Amino acid sequence: MKSFKIIVLAKQVPDTRNVGKDAMKADGTVNRSALPAIFNPEDLNALEIALRIKDQQPGTTITLLTMGPGRAADVIREGFFRGADDGILLTDRAFAGSDTLATSYALAQAIRRMGKFDLIIAGRQAIDGDTAQVGPQVAEKLKLPQVTYVEEIIEVSKTRLVAKRRLERGVETVSAPLPVVLTINGTAPDCRSRNAKLLMKYKHAKTVSEIQSANEDYLHLYNDRPYLNITEWSVNEIDHDPVQLGLNGSPTKVKKIENVVLQAKDSRITSAADEDIEELMKELIASHTIG
Amino acid sequence: MNNVFVYCESEEGTIAEVSLELLTKGRSLADTLKCKLEAVVAGINLQDIEKQVLPFGVDVIHIAEDPRLDPYQTLPHAALLINLFREEQPQIALMGATSTGRDLGPRVSSALHSGLTADCTGLEIGEHEDKKANIFYKDLLYQIRPAFGGNIIATIINPDHRPQMATVREGVMKKEIRDAGYKGEVRYLEVNKYISPEDFVVKIIDRHIEKSKVNIKGAPIIVSGGYGVGSRENFNLLYELAEVIGAEVGASRAAVDAGYAGHERQIGQTGITVRPKLYIACGISGQIQHRAGMEESAQIISINTDPDAPINSIADYVIIGDIAEVIPKMIKYYKKNTK
Repeated sequence: MKSFKIIVLAKQVPDTRNVGKDAMKADGTVNRSALPAIFNPEDLNALEIALRIKDQQPGTTITLLTMGPGRAADVIREGFFRGADDGILLTDRAFAGSDTLATSYALAQAIRRMGKFDLIIAGRQAIDGDTAQVGPQVAEKLKLPQVTYVEEIIEVSKTRLVAKRRLERGVETVSAPLPVVLTINGTAPDCRSRNAKLLMKYKHAKTVSEIQSANEDYLHLYNDRPYLNITEWSVNEIDHDPVQLGLNGSPTKVKKIENVVLQAKDSRITSAADEDIEELMKELIASHTIG
Repeated sequence: MNNVFVYCESEEGTIAEVSLELLTKGRSLADTLKCKLEAVVAGINLQDIEKQVLPFGVDVIHIAEDPRLDPYQTLPHAALLINLFREEQPQIALMGATSTGRDLGPRVSSALHSGLTADCTGLEIGEHEDKKANIFYKDLLYQIRPAFGGNIIATIINPDHRPQMATVREGVMKKEIRDAGYKGEVRYLEVNKYISPEDFVVKIIDRHIEKSKVNIKGAPIIVSGGYGVGSRENFNLLYELAEVIGAEVGASRAAVDAGYAGHERQIGQTGITVRPKLYIACGISGQIQHRAGMEESAQIISINTDPDAPINSIADYVIIGDIAEVIPKMIKYYKKNTK
């Protein structure tokens, strides 16, 4: 019987990929609050990799761990709808302003509290920062080996796994001992859709804070069905050194932020008519730009 | 002590382009800081490697030659850098934002509790005043990078922790030899002093790495296609034009994601940065991430059916039209006028 205990690290991010016209302010800068909050795309790939192990090895459990504000509980609900077994939301003002290192420290301390595990699987990077640093830094904090840019797990036994990595100009297959931290590349299979039964089962799953703030008549549900309670940990639930948390624990500081504003050039606009194209080509040849 | 370090990637005895670009940047930072520039190279076939490295103005090169260090693996390379940095206390450490540097950098920064900024597009020396704590810092590394999907440009500093670490993608910095006869010191590292047997728990079973076939970065003219090209077949028109005018073919991320072109041709913040003398953008809308990789082109032609495409505002010439109609005409009139 080979069953695994898997922790999937996931992040809620603003959807920066498709900044539509409605998210642009009049001065040409982005209105960040107008962007929808989504499950970071490569973290969904990570969840799928975990679910495939669970498909093959019944008894495997998947716990999602996310750090963020209260609304990041959405990430855990989304994970439940797709087959995750459990989820923990790490949320506290003490984590505000964390850079990747302080984030990794908090996640690593939460993982230590979670007990024994075989695999930690995370997306390669989050689309709001594109740093790809949290996975390797969590691995270092836990003194575990890391395998980054993973596209596929070829085999996994109780003691080792074999994974395929997607690099810039090719692929590499490596064997690593468990426990290990994997980061998953966007070229890995897409995550399966929500499962209708799981959606029904978990749609009322909530954190304690959400239950307290909700004006609901059916609070007894959360006593009758314990699985609807999403675990919420504040800084007090993890063993920690306060100087390593949040802004204080972040070696990097943001000195300055500039919004990108398009500077228009004086462009010459031509049509696709033969004479216009010929004139342009003649000009480029005359100026030795081409030819 | 307190020098500028560059981790150099090597493959079969050749230093990676991105590392040479970083040495050039590292040299100018070291000049500003009036300190030394040091390079670290680890792997195999490193005899005479200093000849490739010292001309970039490197004062000290640390060479770790060991068959176990090739190909690159996280734990031994990280152990080497962590322990070397503990000895040498660099103030700045740079590496390529490659799959190697982006795997290695965070591991090293975590162990040293030092700040790391990924994918920088600019590195400068500057000062900082922390008004709250009433501390004035001079000679900090400004790590400048787009963030938030390229919609903002952030300047990051690491006031209190060393080394100040940054990764930079290939093509962002310019490569320039300082002096072909530059004299630097060569130090051979005793590898076992830095790395322990436990650093080899991960085994590489198989590796298929292709030599880079596409030289987009060095091309004087680039014909680049976006999602608006519409199909893989239409993309062939770009290859035809490129062939005729002596250009290389590039692509936006959207075109690569749509399968019109391979990853090695991707231009933009998450691809390659280029500065050709002519950039012909075909059916590219011009999202900020793409512009970050090409806006320094000397001249830009945009071919687009949409007169309001954002790329048009940075183009010198805008041709409003369908590429299937425009490109054959460009080929025709180029041929006609060069004969």
